[in-house]
Amino acid sequence: MSMFKKFSKKQTAAATHDPATFDGEYVLNVENLNVRFETDDATVYAVNGIDLKLKKKQTLGLVGETGAGKTTTVLSLLNLVPDPPGVVSADRIEVNGREVTKMSAAELQTMRGKEISMIFQDPMTSLNPVMTVGDQIAESILLHENVDKKTAAKLAGDMLETVGIPAERGSEYPHQFSGGMKQRVVIAIALACHPNILIADEPTTALDVTIQAQVLELMNGLKEKYQTSMVMITHDLGIVAETCDEVAVMYAGRIVEKGTLEDVFRRTKHPYTEGLFNSLPKMNDRSSKLTPIPGLVPDPTVIPEGCAFAERCPYAKESCFTKHPENRWVSDTHMVVCDAYDDPDFHIKRGR
Amino acid sequence: MADVLLEVKDLKKYFKTRKGMLHAVDGVSFTIERGRTLGIVGESGCGKSTTGRSILRLIEPTSGTVLLEGKDITKLSKSEMRKMRQEMQIIFQDPFSSLDPRMTVNQLIREPIVLNNILTDKEAIDKRVLELMETVGLAERLYNAYPHELDGGRRQRIGIARALAVNPKFIVCDEPVSALDVSIQAQILNILKELQEKFGLTYIFITHDLSVVYYFADDIAVMYLGQLVEKAPADELFANPVHPYTQALLSAIPSTDLDNKTERIILKGEITSPINLPDACRFAKRCNYACEDCKCSDPKLVEISPGHFVACHHPLVQEA
Repeated sequence: MSMFKKFSKKQTAAATHDPATFDGEYVLNVENLNVRFETDDATVYAVNGIDLKLKKKQTLGLVGETGAGKTTTVLSLLNLVPDPPGVVSADRIEVNGREVTKMSAAELQTMRGKEISMIFQDPMTSLNPVMTVGDQIAESILLHENVDKKTAAKLAGDMLETVGIPAERGSEYPHQFSGGMKQRVVIAIALACHPNILIADEPTTALDVTIQAQVLELMNGLKEKYQTSMVMITHDLGIVAETCDEVAVMYAGRIVEKGTLEDVFRRTKHPYTEGLFNSLPKMNDRSSKLTPIPGLVPDPTVIPEGCAFAERCPYAKESCFTKHPENRWVSDTHMVVCDAYDDPDFHIKRGR
Repeated sequence: MADVLLEVKDLKKYFKTRKGMLHAVDGVSFTIERGRTLGIVGESGCGKSTTGRSILRLIEPTSGTVLLEGKDITKLSKSEMRKMRQEMQIIFQDPFSSLDPRMTVNQLIREPIVLNNILTDKEAIDKRVLELMETVGLAERLYNAYPHELDGGRRQRIGIARALAVNPKFIVCDEPVSALDVSIQAQILNILKELQEKFGLTYIFITHDLSVVYYFADDIAVMYLGQLVEKAPADELFANPVHPYTQALLSAIPSTDLDNKTERIILKGEITSPINLPDACRFAKRCNYACEDCKCSDPKLVEISPGHFVACHHPLVQEA
């Protein structure tokens, strides 16, 4: 337990920044984020020029396939991209108005958990197996709040109750909990110090549907209660429809379409987004054949000359292979990155 | 009389544990007609994979009979069973761990053909491997590739080619698309459907993804703690679920439809332990409709309308 003391000393040294006093428009503001991984064999271009903004109390859904760069994007917000081999560069990565890349180790330590927290995909591996769940929640509280161990243990118990687990189970170890309960413990740890930004990386992928429904309901409730802004990473468009206000669709390290939930779901513009919707089995029409996106995600070690999706795109023109498409705002809230819209009469099939 | 390919009667699989008998599969019965797909859905630990494996005798069932075209396969000797496996195959969930990493695509697909003496002439085998690769959509240039060079979708195609190599009549698909991205998932589902039409295959399709099973299966069986709680044709089950568990399960599917938001039924608690079960409805603890009856006797599976079976003391039948 001596490590707590060490950290709490550091904490007083670092300037404490209370997220509640932050009054800017965007709690997250990222401009031109690039992340690459330099290995002996090749350089992997994971994130290629992403802009992200998140308003207070909003939930942004980050959607895309495996390898699209969703997780790498959010890890760079917490300055958690492993370096080496990761190289992060950006014009701006601001959390509550402060630049993350300029923070000292101690400042980062205070920011993580107090201002911005992350829930990882796999609750089975993100908890410490040799520490009771109560201690794991208290660990975060001791680190950030100026309280003694007894109070921290009490607060940890309260937090367990908040996520629907009896406080007395705090003395148990993770293996004594089921998958859904472990994920609740992870949520309790993430929210223990009431951060104003929560990042959930596929929080329910490892869970069964009925348990998923429980956990999503819990997260929606807590989001309201603590007025948290959230980034929800998922590949499940159904979850996006149920939890998010805004959506950004990622492909090969870029955002190809973003807008409000209504923009992206009702007025879909990008051929890739359309492809994702077409790949889903339709719940009202059993006989319809699925239309998968042909081909595979491009090799991330090569930066394509033109649009990264061109090879799999049913609408691709010759110029798509040679010229990188530009960001195109179709309304104040809705952006699409596709040059097919050079032609004013162009439209995709969906919703027609 | 319908052309029944597979009949399972009172299949049971118990595992001995330190705490007592674990009832993984507890009296499951159903039939599948030739060329059709039975989807089995349920949460982790409900016994759906154990059911699939017990039918193939990859796990020895504790009791019960499995009739394939009228022949009881649970009574077969080891060598007879080996021959029988040419008729019945399985596709596994995880294409990353179900393939030998030191074998090439060619070797992987060749293995079942050689082991089962389907073909003996080397040239004929070579030809068959290429033919199978084409059937499942693997490019010829991948002939000498190793699994680690391929993505999940392509690996799953190898799994399918291996199952098809022995010309089976019946395939158990155990979560074949759960590890794949949606766009790749659609590719694999389409292939499985095409193969079914082409070769007249009969499938058991095990999954926890309800939208996939609705799309893919003709009939759907819902399992809870080792038992079938409801079974009906897919459209009937989705339009008119009568078991409280099925209703909750269906309402929990996140929908992409912004206009049609249905009320979620949130279940209390979690699946109970399958060890030393009392004689009571296994869902009663989580059920919103449970009463005293449910706590003292285990409901039997009964047919409430043609083809629609349910095991519940208080099925939620809508009054016409």
